[in-house]
Amino acid sequence: MATADAADFLDALTRRLGPDRVLTGAAPMAAYESDALTAFRARPRAVVLVDSAEEVVDVVRLCAAANVPFLARGSGTSLSGGSLPVHDGVVIAMNRLNRILEVDPVRRTAVVEPGVVNLAVSDAAAPYGLYYSPDPSSQSVCTIGGNLAFNSGGAHCLKYGMTSNHVLGLEVVLPDGEVIEIGGDSLEGVGPDLVGLFVGSEGLFGIATRITLRLLPKPETYFTLLAAYDSLAAAGEAVAAVVASGLLPGAMEIMDNLAIEAAEAAVGAGYPLDAEGLLIVELEGEKQQVAAESALLLEVVRRSKPYLEHIASDPDDRMRIWKGRKSAFSAVGRLSPDYIVQDGVVPRSRLGEALTKIQRLGEEHGIRVANVFHAGDGNLHPLILFDGRVEGELERAEELAGEILRLCIDLGGSITGEHGVGMEKRQYLGEMFGEADLDAMRRIRLAIDPAELANRGKMFPDAEAPALLSHGPHPLEAAGVISRE
Amino acid sequence: MTAVDHRPASAAEVVEAVGGAERIVPRGGGTKPALWSVDGADVLDVSALGGITEYLPSEYTVTALAGTLLAEVEARLAAEGQYLPFDPLLVAAGSTVGGAVAAGANGPGRLRYGGLRDFLLAVTFVDGRGEIVRGGAKVVKNAAGFDLPKLMVGSLGRLGVLTECTFKVFPHPESCATLRVAGMALDEAIEAAGRVGAGAVEIECLDLVHGLAGWDLEIRIGGRSFALDARLKRAADLLDTDVITLSGDADASLWRTRREFGWASPDASVLKLPLTPATAGALEQVLAGLDASHVARAYSAGIQQAFVAWPAERVADLPALDRALTGAKLTALALRAPANAANQPILGYRTGGELLCRVEQALDPAGRFGRL
Ligand SMILES: Cc1cc2nc3c(=O)[nH]c(=O)nc-3n(C[C@H](O)[C@H](O)[C@H](O)COP(=O)(O)OP(=O)(O)OC[C@H]3O[C@@H](n4cnc5c(N)ncnc54)[C@H](O)[C@@H]3O)c2cc1C
Ligand SMILES: Cc1cc2nc3c(=O)[nH]c(=O)nc-3n(C[C@H](O)[C@H](O)[C@H](O)COP(=O)(O)OP(=O)(O)OC[C@H]3O[C@@H](n4cnc5c(N)ncnc54)[C@H](O)[C@@H]3O)c2cc1C
Repeated sequence: MATADAADFLDALTRRLGPDRVLTGAAPMAAYESDALTAFRARPRAVVLVDSAEEVVDVVRLCAAANVPFLARGSGTSLSGGSLPVHDGVVIAMNRLNRILEVDPVRRTAVVEPGVVNLAVSDAAAPYGLYYSPDPSSQSVCTIGGNLAFNSGGAHCLKYGMTSNHVLGLEVVLPDGEVIEIGGDSLEGVGPDLVGLFVGSEGLFGIATRITLRLLPKPETYFTLLAAYDSLAAAGEAVAAVVASGLLPGAMEIMDNLAIEAAEAAVGAGYPLDAEGLLIVELEGEKQQVAAESALLLEVVRRSKPYLEHIASDPDDRMRIWKGRKSAFSAVGRLSPDYIVQDGVVPRSRLGEALTKIQRLGEEHGIRVANVFHAGDGNLHPLILFDGRVEGELERAEELAGEILRLCIDLGGSITGEHGVGMEKRQYLGEMFGEADLDAMRRIRLAIDPAELANRGKMFPDAEAPALLSHGPHPLEAAGVISRE
Repeated sequence: MTAVDHRPASAAEVVEAVGGAERIVPRGGGTKPALWSVDGADVLDVSALGGITEYLPSEYTVTALAGTLLAEVEARLAAEGQYLPFDPLLVAAGSTVGGAVAAGANGPGRLRYGGLRDFLLAVTFVDGRGEIVRGGAKVVKNAAGFDLPKLMVGSLGRLGVLTECTFKVFPHPESCATLRVAGMALDEAIEAAGRVGAGAVEIECLDLVHGLAGWDLEIRIGGRSFALDARLKRAADLLDTDVITLSGDADASLWRTRREFGWASPDASVLKLPLTPATAGALEQVLAGLDASHVARAYSAGIQQAFVAWPAERVADLPALDRALTGAKLTALALRAPANAANQPILGYRTGGELLCRVEQALDPAGRFGRL
């Protein structure tokens, strides 16, 4: 864009929003240069703080008219570089769009703006005995808009599903500024499931400005069981046995020794420090049903011979157990200056095999790997620990991360269960899908956004990448796929 | 009935058929003729693409070719104590895997854990350019790439010919029983449904069926046998009126009949309408406005959808129904309709047209499958 046009564009943004809500220059924009995948940074042209859906529409239209790429940003907690700015594009900060517009206890729906924080929805629904089910560990900060873009999940998505299973209707600004409504407030629909297509589209189809969510009645009771094993494989076998028993727990999580140690140090959850594998299984629902199921669960788990078991004695005890699990990412961060979280999925029956191989790969690279994972659905979260200040460690960590993704593909799984492809896993999407599959996705992207303005450079392996700042060369850079400023 | 023009036995043969046709519409079991009879289009019968290709009970996943009868899939799952929780319709009538996905319709049991959209993990389809496209992954959790499986749910054969689908499955409840309250006023039944729904008891199905003496409320509860009686009692206490309990075969056959539309006259057009307990009244008003308050109908899956049997002798009034639904912001899918009225299977209020157009342009630029 010519300098004069660029100035006109910023003038137009400023006229629409006022100077206070258009940030330019390195210092004010510093906080927006990366997301939770801090190895990537990119500098946008401007960051705009929007207050209403109308402002989102107008900003998108200005971008479209000037051919400037843009992306929405919620709380910037993406672990895959999804909310990394598009170089020289506009970051539309959605956090002020944080009103809960309606909670309807009869329909069991909430209508929210996209900047609403995940946990705030459950808080607003609580007076009616309802809650919003998907519970990413980042739920006290991440936004519904970000959740939607990645189809985020959490520990309690085994029974009632991920974000996608809880979004009923959307108002969306398409990348050319056209505003559409999709879905509605019923669980049912007619015609192709466009809401389903939009959820998980990583911001590439435009920006959601109003979201209708499904709420569930709060489970009447929980039964939370902690079981400690002297090998990770034994914990994995216990999961297989629970699945085979016909029980459907609300959550089934495993942590390895390194993760246990970190979580203990961080929050003192009362985990046994000497366990090689710690299993958390939780039943949820109505009293009589949970009572009947818990007897069976105990029987099944005891047969797997844990050396220690603990049943949460009261709601506080239960919260403590979950606090340890949910703080695991940040806790592991204390063990190491830097870490990368991977998010691959493997068939549940191959969990043990995957964990053994990950351990071996870590040893081969001389890198420590901690494991916390959603065992119930085969979603691994290996945390790869490294020190970015040590020459070559980032590269080795990323190499290991790549090998783990390939392992997941080889085992018949997926490169991401809930964190999205973003910037980080773009080159692996083409290993998971064939050329025709990617081409169909690309055609859909281009039909919706011919100029590729919305979150340009993300998800697709060959997409034009945002230029990056700082840090050592990324493998994609070394391969000549992306470059930095 | 239109003759079949193509009966491919492999994805490659589907590619060939699609590539050679100007207009083509896939047909599964042919149980929803309103959805596949299109004037002047070749009919592509996928029934030769049959068979379960992979079933891993311990993974909770099953993969089948698109022409496989749902009855076959259900029988295989039942042998392992598992089921398709979205509760497919018209299974005995001959519904296929691909037809069920393309119609995107669910039975009463979808109330408990979700609809077909929530249980479809992966698809393979042939798009309008004759490309074989794969979307999703055969594992229970996946966020890589666009969610093409969900896009194909409800696509009515207009975005591609499905050749293979992978579903997530769940363990079947150990036992089930149903509470029935007969002859209620609709308001009263909706209110009672809300009361039970807001209680702690977890419900498999909740339907309201229009009968001769008013509305029958039917609530199905399932789970561990040991706890079932106590839970039934808890729910019945909330109803606070005369309740009949159906168990064993009576329970099973009630819900089997419901999803086969045994209550609808064989020549009626059967419509599905998404709605909520708050908008059921709007549908009642539409029907009253058309002097159709007597038609057979049911509010299903916790009053999240209605099934309406529009009488054969009122076919001429379908356009009026279309207009009235549009006015009331209600949408209907004709699961069965007279062949001559069937070129547009969707009636009433539509959303997302602009986005759908762009997607159709991407997957079927020449419009071989026709537009919705
Ligand atoms: C400590 C920690 C723990 C985590 N735990 C989990 C977990 O358990 N499960 C899990 O799934 N994830 C987890 N995450 C990842 C992250 O929190 C989620 O991906 C979350 O959904 C991102 O929300 P956000 O508001 O921060 O979005 P951002 O990072 O700001 O944005 C993410 C993407 O969403 C897009 N976007 C934002 N708003 C909109 C909108 N309105 N319309 C369209 N697109 C939009 C952005 O453009 C971007 O592509 C964790 C992250 C951290 C740091
Ligand atoms: C109340 C009622 C009673 C009925 N009773 C009977 C009966 O007694 N006997 C009987 O034979 N039929 C009966 N039918 C007809 C019945 O509607 C269908 O034959 C069946 O449910 C639909 O599944 P299907 O596989 O047959 O799909 P189809 O009806 O073949 O197709 C449904 C939709 O899916 C699309 N489709 C199908 N397969 C694919 C694919 N592989 N890829 C992409 N799109 C696809 C079609 O184009 C169409 O849009 C009845 C219908 C109703 C509503």
